[in-house]
Formats: sequence, structure tokens, C-alpha cells
Amino acid sequence: MTIIDTHVGASTHSQGTGSAFVVSVGQWITSSDHKKIGRLFIGTSLLSALLAAVLGVLFGLERMSPAHMQIFNGDATPQLFSLYQFALVFGVLAPLFVGIAIAVVPTQLGARAVAFPRVAQYGFWAWLFGALMVDISIIGNGGPGGGSADLVDLYLLGVALAAVGLLAGSLCVATSVLTARAPGMTLDRIPAFSWSALIGSFATLLSLPVMIGTIIYVYVDHTHAKLIFGGNKGIETFLGWSLSQPMTFVFVIMALGVLAEVAPVTARTEQPLRPIVLGGLAIISTAVLGAVTQSAHILDWAGTSSDKVKSTLLHSLFNGLPLLGMLIVVLLSLLCLKVGTPRITASFALSLLGALMIIVGVLGNGLYRLKAASLDGTVFSEGIVLYLVYGGLLSALGALSHWAPLLWGRAIDNTKLLGLALIGLLGTILASFPLYIAGFADQPANTVMGFAYDGPIALWNVLSGLGHALIVLTVVGFVALLIDAVRKGTPVSQEASA
Amino acid sequence: MTIALPAAPAQAPRRQILVATAMASASAFMLIIGMVAIWLKFRAGAPTRSSSDGLKIIKDWMPAGITIPEVAANVMLITFPVGALMAQWAAYSAKRDDAPHRSLALAICFVMGLAIVNAQIAVYSQMNIGLADGQFQTMFYAITGTVLLLVVGAMVFSLVAFFRSVGGRDNDTDVVNAHAFYWYFLTAAFSVVWFVVYVQK
Repeated sequence: MTIIDTHVGASTHSQGTGSAFVVSVGQWITSSDHKKIGRLFIGTSLLSALLAAVLGVLFGLERMSPAHMQIFNGDATPQLFSLYQFALVFGVLAPLFVGIAIAVVPTQLGARAVAFPRVAQYGFWAWLFGALMVDISIIGNGGPGGGSADLVDLYLLGVALAAVGLLAGSLCVATSVLTARAPGMTLDRIPAFSWSALIGSFATLLSLPVMIGTIIYVYVDHTHAKLIFGGNKGIETFLGWSLSQPMTFVFVIMALGVLAEVAPVTARTEQPLRPIVLGGLAIISTAVLGAVTQSAHILDWAGTSSDKVKSTLLHSLFNGLPLLGMLIVVLLSLLCLKVGTPRITASFALSLLGALMIIVGVLGNGLYRLKAASLDGTVFSEGIVLYLVYGGLLSALGALSHWAPLLWGRAIDNTKLLGLALIGLLGTILASFPLYIAGFADQPANTVMGFAYDGPIALWNVLSGLGHALIVLTVVGFVALLIDAVRKGTPVSQEASA
Repeated sequence: MTIALPAAPAQAPRRQILVATAMASASAFMLIIGMVAIWLKFRAGAPTRSSSDGLKIIKDWMPAGITIPEVAANVMLITFPVGALMAQWAAYSAKRDDAPHRSLALAICFVMGLAIVNAQIAVYSQMNIGLADGQFQTMFYAITGTVLLLVVGAMVFSLVAFFRSVGGRDNDTDVVNAHAFYWYFLTAAFSVVWFVVYVQK
């Protein structure tokens, strides 16, 4: 028998601290370890959350007095709003859950690695460079409505590259669930989060290519003809749907999966109606239909009874079905608590509060699509996105605290995290709900000046800015608690955590 | 001393490449269907006018003077299923461990891809239109160019599978089956594009 024994410290014994750091960075950059790739996605998404929340604070302050500009240059605000929306949806919501899925799903399935780890690694770097290209283009006067044609092209390429990266990550997750399960683990036996990862990944794989197809047209037109898609001004018209509802519903499927996973653990019992929970998660994916058809499906009760029935049916199909799926998951997760002997855990609190915030966002979208409400073009839509994204962020933090022992080998302090969950909840409500009210007062979307209405304009916008500031505090606090746990916490066995 | 048997080797993933290819193909199909839908939307929104004799309504979508070379387009339509047939032959041979036929079939698939690229270039050169000449022209290049990229992807797939086959990977049925699946997807996707872009225009 040949034994190859390598001394643990052999590789770094003669190297200094600097070279060890370089080696460590190199290992992270080139790693095909699914946990490292997942953590790269998670870390950069949290950074993006900070960027989006800081922009939200600044927008809140700027909109305090819409008579004159205080912080931003008037010409740059539409582009900054584009950056803000991109950072929220493609910088936070989508990659955060792709990252969690890449890190967690293989371990739940009993697989050694995610399927095609190099593709997953490529997915991360494609998404990151795509997001950076978007940032650079907007800073340099590109993006929707931008003045620099080259940087507008860069923006389009950046969005497409980021989408390709997310597709690559989703492909790896879905393939893992379908092909790399442990022997005997049939699809109906997989954990609820893995199921939601399969559904969410498949929904992403079916919806994002439609956006890429639109980008191809817009890019070819913008670089050569500028005849069809309205040049730089038309980007928002043709691609705006991909940053709003129901596209965002596709990205929150895994957030509900987190709750379905954490609730039975918290209740210390099995989910009594597990197949129905899995069905509920699948129903949310009907949002794909609304996303790819890029239709608003407004509920309008004008016209004949047949028109009313048609309008109601379409509205229910594209807004009601995803809501139904979410309600099923949340209600059955709460039922789990009734059946079992629950304990208060921060991961459950975060995932439940996140799911509830998402539901408020989906309900808001149902209201937004009522013609009688006359909310089209108001900041109400921004409130919906914030409920969904920050709700998703809370769920993701719940997932990270739940699986912290698996990902970092340490448990995060439960009590401190519970406090942070309340701050996060307050932040989400403050960031979003004032915009719901301001939407009813006809405050226009994506603008910071030149509007007026009867009501406390400054109050709603300052509260919204304050909410964003609390989200910054939540993210920073979570990262601080995680670092503290990693540096000082007691190692937890992975088996116990899983 | 306790003597224990070593851990069993991890179970091989179940047809991982085929499953991933199927999902990637579904994704790419959505890309093409989305582009076709936008094409149809713009075509439906094109202005209409009466013909000179007043008997017909003409939609000003494809500019007058542009002729789509139907022979080259139809040759492409026929070449796609031939490529799929060759890919299926490769899968059939792989199942029976028939390495020479498997390699031959994969090589023919690559040549079929080359023929499709050639036919597409012939379409472009015979139409003689500029990318920036108008709405129809820009969208025509965008959608056919995307299909062309997918065909180039199929050629790369064929080449990789061919070299693996020639290199003696006799248990490569998963790759060859996935390759066949991709060719079937391409045939379906091009059939849609052919009908909407080349026939209905």
C-alpha cells in the first residue's frame, strides 16, 4: 500500500503572511467548492444590499423637499433609479438565493458537490462582472436614458451577463436536485428548501432568457440602427418588466422555501401536510407566466360582464395564484407550530417575518393592478419592490442563521439576532409602507423633484429613508454577529445543524 | 485494531449532462420564443395600407424589394432534422458500443452545422440588406444571428463529443444523448423561426 502523507503546514511553512493571504485569495477566486461559491454570491449580494439601501436613504432625503435638488444632479436621477432597481432585484434578491441554494442544496441532498461546479463558479463571476459593468456604465452616464452611447451598450451587456450568470447558477442547482440526490431520496422526500430551489431555479431558467432575448434586440438596435426600440430612452420601456412584478415573484420562491424548511425544525416536529406545502411552493412559480408575457393584467370592471369576468380571471391568475401559493406555505408553516413544541429561534422569526413582508408586497401588487385604484406610475410600485426585496433579504438572513453551522461551523447568537430581526422588520415596513401611502397621494415614481400633493411629503419620504437606514443597520449587524460567531463562537457539528 | 471496510464510492450522478442539456435547451427555447413573440408584436404593429387596386390590405413590415431566398432557408430547414438524425445515430451507436459509427455520426453532425452556417451566410448575402437599414432588417439579423449562435454551440458540442469518442471514451453515452437532445431542440427552435421569419415574414 502506498501512503502519501502531506504535512498540514507544509504548503505554507516557508511562506510569509502576505503570500499566505495571496494563496488564500487565489483559492477563493478559483475554488469550485460549492460552499465557497455560495458564500461569494451571498457576500457580494449583501454588499449590493448596502449599496441599494444607501441609495434608498439618499432618495428619501432628496424627496423630502421636491421643490429643489439637494444631493443629486437632476439629469442623473433616472439613471440612479435604474441602478437602485437593478441593485435591489439583480444585485440582492436573485443572487442571494442562488448563492444560498448553491451552498446548501448539495449538502441537503447528500451530494459531494453541486452539479458542474465550474459552471457555478463561472456563474458567480459572470454575474459579478455583469453587475460591475452596470455600475460602471451608470456612473459614466450610461444606463437607461444615459447620454453616452458606448456606456449604454455596456449597460445592456452588463445586464445580459449578470442574467447569464444567474442562469448558470440556477442550472447547477436544478441539475443537482434532479440528478445528485442520495440513493433512496426520491423527489417527494427532498427537503422543502431543495424543492423550492428546484422550482425557483426552473422558473428562473424559463423567465430570464426572455429578458436576454429582449436585450439582444435592444442592443443590436442601439448599436446599429436606433430605429425601433427608442434608443437609450426605450430601454426602460422594453426591459422595465424584468425589474418589477411578477418577475420578482420568481425570485422569492426560495424565500418561502426557507420558511417551509425552518418551521418544522423550530416546532420540533414533522410538517403534517408536507405535500401541500410543496404544492404551494410550486404554485408560486405560476408567476413565470405573468413574467414572460410581460403583461400587467389590470383588473378593470368597466365594460360588459364578459369583459369583467375575463379581466377578473386574468388578474386572479397572474396575481392571485402566486399569492395563494405563498399563503399555503405560510399558513401550513404556522400549523406546524401548533402541532409541535415550538421554541423561539431567530432563523424562524426572520424567515416568517420575511415571508409576511413578501405577502404584503404581493397584496400590494394586486392592489396596484386595480384600475380603480389609479396607482399606475406612482411610488406605490417602488413600495412593492421594497417589500419583496427586503422581505426576501430577511428570509435570506434567516436561512443564513439557520445554516450558519453548516456554512461557517458556528452558530450565531440567537438573542441578538432576534433583536436584529425586529430592526429588519421595522426597516422593511418603514422603507415600503410610506411609499404605499405616498402612492395613493399620487407621488410619481422614479423622480425626486417637481411633484406636489396634499399631505406630509417630507414625513413619508423621510420615514422611507429611515427604513433603508435600518436595513443598512440590519445587514451590518448581521455581518458583525456572523464575524463575532466565527471568531469567538464554539464550533458546532455540521450534523447537529443539518 | 478495528478493521473496517472502506466507504463505498459515491454513486455516479444520474445522467447529469443530459438533464442539464435538457434544461439549458428549455431555457434557450424560451429565448427564441421570446424573440419570436417580439417579432410578431412588431409585425402586428406595422402600419397598413391599401394596395393600388384597392383590393388588398398591405402591411408595411418587410420593405418592398427585399426577397428572402427560400431555397437556402428551406435547405436549412431540411438540414436541421438531418443533423438531429445523425445525432440520434451517434446515440444509437454509443448504446451499442459501436465507436466507429458513433464518431462518424458525430463528425457528420459537425458538418451539418457547418452546412447550416453556410446556408445562413448565403441567405444574408443573397438578401443583401444592411443591419441598420430599417426595423425589419435589424430584427431579422438579431433573431437569425441568435439562432446562428445556437448552431455554433451545437457545432462545438459535436466537436467535443467527437474528440471524446475518438479519444476512446466508450462509456460516454450521457454526452452523446445530451448532444442528440440539443440537436432536437435546435430543429424545433429553427422550425418556429423558419415559419415565422422566413415563411410568414
